[in-house]
Amino acid sequence: MPFLLRRLAFYAVTAWAALTINFVIPRLMPGDPVQALIARFQATGQVSPEQTESLRILFGLDQDVSLWTQYWQYWAQVLGGDLGLSFTYFPTPVSEVIRQTLPWTLILVGLATLISFVIGTSAGMVAGWRRGSLIDGLLPLATFFAAVPYFWLGLIAIALFAVTFPVFPTSGGYDVGLTPGWSADFVGSAVYHGMLPALTIVVSSLAPWILGMRNMMVTVASEDYVTVAHAKGLPARRVMMSYAARNAILPSVSTLALSLGFVVGGSLVTEMVFNYPGIGLALFQSINAQDYPLMQAIFLILTLAVLAANLVADVAFVLLDPRIRRAT
Amino acid sequence: MTILGTDTAVADASPAPAAVRSPRRIGRRLLANAKVRIGLTIVAVFWLLAIVGAWLAPHDPNELSPDTLQGPSAGHWLGTTTTGQDIASQLLAGTRPVMLVAFGSGAIATVIAMVVGVAGGFLSGWAEEVLSMLTNIFLVLPAVPLMIIVASQLPQVGSWAVALVIALTGWAWGARILRAQTLSLRARDFVQAARANGESTRRIVFFEIIPNLATVIATSLVMTTLFALLAVVTLSFIGVTSLSDWNWGTVLYWAQTQQALQRGLWWWFIPPGLCIAILGMALALINFGIDEYANPRLRIGSVGAARLRRQGIRPRVGFTPVRRTAPARDPLDERRAG
Amino acid sequence: MVTDPILEIRDLRVDYGYGADAVTALSGVSLTLHRGEILGIAGESGCGKSTLAYAATRLLPPPGLVTGGAVLLHGAPGTPPVDLLSLPDAALRSRRWRDVAVVFQGALSSLNPVHRIRTQLTDAIAAHDPSSTRRSRLDRARELLAMVKLPEDRLSAYPHQLSGGMRQRVMIAMALALEPQVLILDEPTTALDVVVQKQIVEQLLELRERLGFSVVFITHDVSLLISYADRIAVMYAGEVVEVADAESIYREPRHPYTHALLNSFPPLQGPRRVVTGIGGAPPDLAALPPGCRFHPRCPYRMPACAERHPGLVASPYPGDDGRTVACLLHGTDDTTAVPAALAPRTRSRSA
Repeated sequence: MPFLLRRLAFYAVTAWAALTINFVIPRLMPGDPVQALIARFQATGQVSPEQTESLRILFGLDQDVSLWTQYWQYWAQVLGGDLGLSFTYFPTPVSEVIRQTLPWTLILVGLATLISFVIGTSAGMVAGWRRGSLIDGLLPLATFFAAVPYFWLGLIAIALFAVTFPVFPTSGGYDVGLTPGWSADFVGSAVYHGMLPALTIVVSSLAPWILGMRNMMVTVASEDYVTVAHAKGLPARRVMMSYAARNAILPSVSTLALSLGFVVGGSLVTEMVFNYPGIGLALFQSINAQDYPLMQAIFLILTLAVLAANLVADVAFVLLDPRIRRAT
Repeated sequence: MTILGTDTAVADASPAPAAVRSPRRIGRRLLANAKVRIGLTIVAVFWLLAIVGAWLAPHDPNELSPDTLQGPSAGHWLGTTTTGQDIASQLLAGTRPVMLVAFGSGAIATVIAMVVGVAGGFLSGWAEEVLSMLTNIFLVLPAVPLMIIVASQLPQVGSWAVALVIALTGWAWGARILRAQTLSLRARDFVQAARANGESTRRIVFFEIIPNLATVIATSLVMTTLFALLAVVTLSFIGVTSLSDWNWGTVLYWAQTQQALQRGLWWWFIPPGLCIAILGMALALINFGIDEYANPRLRIGSVGAARLRRQGIRPRVGFTPVRRTAPARDPLDERRAG
Repeated sequence: MVTDPILEIRDLRVDYGYGADAVTALSGVSLTLHRGEILGIAGESGCGKSTLAYAATRLLPPPGLVTGGAVLLHGAPGTPPVDLLSLPDAALRSRRWRDVAVVFQGALSSLNPVHRIRTQLTDAIAAHDPSSTRRSRLDRARELLAMVKLPEDRLSAYPHQLSGGMRQRVMIAMALALEPQVLILDEPTTALDVVVQKQIVEQLLELRERLGFSVVFITHDVSLLISYADRIAVMYAGEVVEVADAESIYREPRHPYTHALLNSFPPLQGPRRVVTGIGGAPPDLAALPPGCRFHPRCPYRMPACAERHPGLVASPYPGDDGRTVACLLHGTDDTTAVPAALAPRTRSRSA
């Protein structure tokens, strides 16, 4: 499968690029905010020499070591899973903070994106196939939601459905009285708390799917093979699904993969608005506390998550498009 | 060979006009589209506010006053904050930085996209591979966290720094569609002919390729500006940018930290969002107009369809509508009668 | 060889566009296809010959609009014909492919790139014969491929894995899946090289001998029609300007446009002639000249040609049985006005 191999090579390079960005940025920036923070925590005696050393390697504070050596030390440390200490949740290691927050984000953003993709693509399919139908009329509304920042839509959702009509909780990921675990109470509470943020993400990310699929359906509808399918007297449903939509969805699948980085970005801010205990909230808190180790680790882990999702989309793409499989 | 299998699909979806058209003619045709006209008018109004807004503002946006938490009134058009600051004045003062950053970084990103995209579509071998890979890497990297780690480590985050950071993270999408379009143009007859005539690559790029990319460049500019608009208010909202510069996102930041939602102070958090939404909508409308120009098949909108339905026409692939307007009798009737 | 009609197109009118800016692409085309016959339709690109094929089957994409006429499909003797343009969608769908099948130009774009050949051959059978089993459909697909001389293993190939000629054979096999009475070929060989072109056309003729369907063969290549068609209709600017049997068209064209069209192709057989192009360009359908649509390009035009629009009428000359032509040159009593190239000759040679 040369296609998948090429993609894997691309992901390796992208992961390397993300890690290198994390290495380069602190070394490019004038001033040493991390140095100042370390000094502050060292004064209180809360940070051990090893922990200081790990931060020095991550942020390039050892001026006497050559850049090349720094780079190797940096890689060795990151591959060992040591991403430094979080200043926000001091003295918790960054990797622990990520471990606790990432599942919330993966489930919320993953599910919301999937739902949005399915609804948007189906709506776009019908809108493109039957021009001038009801869904065409809904397009301006969907576009309005797409032109609005996610977080503002989140604010409005809270104002409407949590404050004015208190149907949903205003913030948090679960009832504070419950202890996280796989109990029915906890899962139910988590689902209940996740509804409004998920709805916000779905509504704001819907329009691109509808538009993309609609435009592709319009384009594909005039392809000769669709005319042939009609000429063959196939049932309308089969022409739409298995001839038009089946081909029109291909660009949508690859766009899904590419736009994940964008969707994730918007969703992070949605988490901040809803005080949702995911990685977005951790990012928000890290900004206020100037917690650079946590910020960089979040960027890194999100990049890896997006790459993993891309790989899934690639496999789907290979399954959907025989022209990519170069066998025979 | 491209890394992504869909570049051709992207190119097919927005076919460029077959031959060079003068920018003025394209401009005239675009202005004939109502969506483009409405969008441009809204953008123009916001630019006007960006220029004269500071003088129009009834108050100093930073000025504290004893009139705290007031709803909209003649003295305070959009009410006041917890410290008695005038929200309308904050929004007016914030228009200029938002417009400068959105359009500035939109322009910078489009220039980067043009250089990388056109070069990537025109070069071959490893240079093409590298540019294509670079584009795809920047497409996949999550932009918001990237902007946050860059912006938050800058010593000072003024408007231009923000614009630059957004442009550097947001150019890849434009580069991708420009590259796809350049690739498809490169294979066209008129470019091949120019090559066969021995014209220099520089001449081909500037006189054959770029004029034919006009609509794609315009799309890229509009979409990147929309991306930059959302990015700058997002960065301000989460408090990455300097809070001493007013912008719509900053207003929302204070609204959020002062619990405007929970207190039901709708005049604090709805107007800034509406400003963003209206400007964003205007950009999206312009983009629709360009799309319809480049791909006429998208043109029949819901209004046109409703009008056709009244005439008994349902335009559809596979079943051509029949509406007999010819005065002749139905030939079948003739046969049955005879 | 005049037999029963199988497909009759009567006064078919087609517009592109729905409003005031609509352009008339077909202005009242009437043609009859007889049972077992090959009817050729010739003309320059843009004359409306493909539009005719799509409109007659109601496959013309938006913004096409049929504004008048009928397409009568005759069934068994004694049963009344059906107007394809008046059928409700469901009835039309069930008749498609079973009665009239089409081989479109561009065989690669006619095949769905994401499905195997097998699927694309069998889905038409499944749609029209719900009682068929998976197995019977596969057997039929195998039989169809054998008919166009393709190996059985091509059933599990995807379109992109086949050559241009193979794809066109698949399209022909697909068109014959339900043994239709009428086969419409729209430039079936345009994208193929000459050798493959000839193979495919001859294979089609052989299949017609065996299966007995009637053919409407649309092409810009008149020489191909002269070799293979029984009758030829020549179209210009959305109208039929001349219809006659292939032999007569070739030897004695009556319409100046037919004459010019014949001279623009090297003949495949028969006496050699000088190949000349047709001066001028086909007219813009949105701005048709008044009077005869060909008159601005016509070397024999008379003053009347710019004013009167000639109808398609029977040729006035004895021996021109069944020939119709739309040209004012042949309508006058003054036979000396008819140029020698278009006038009837003594019949001794062709008899």
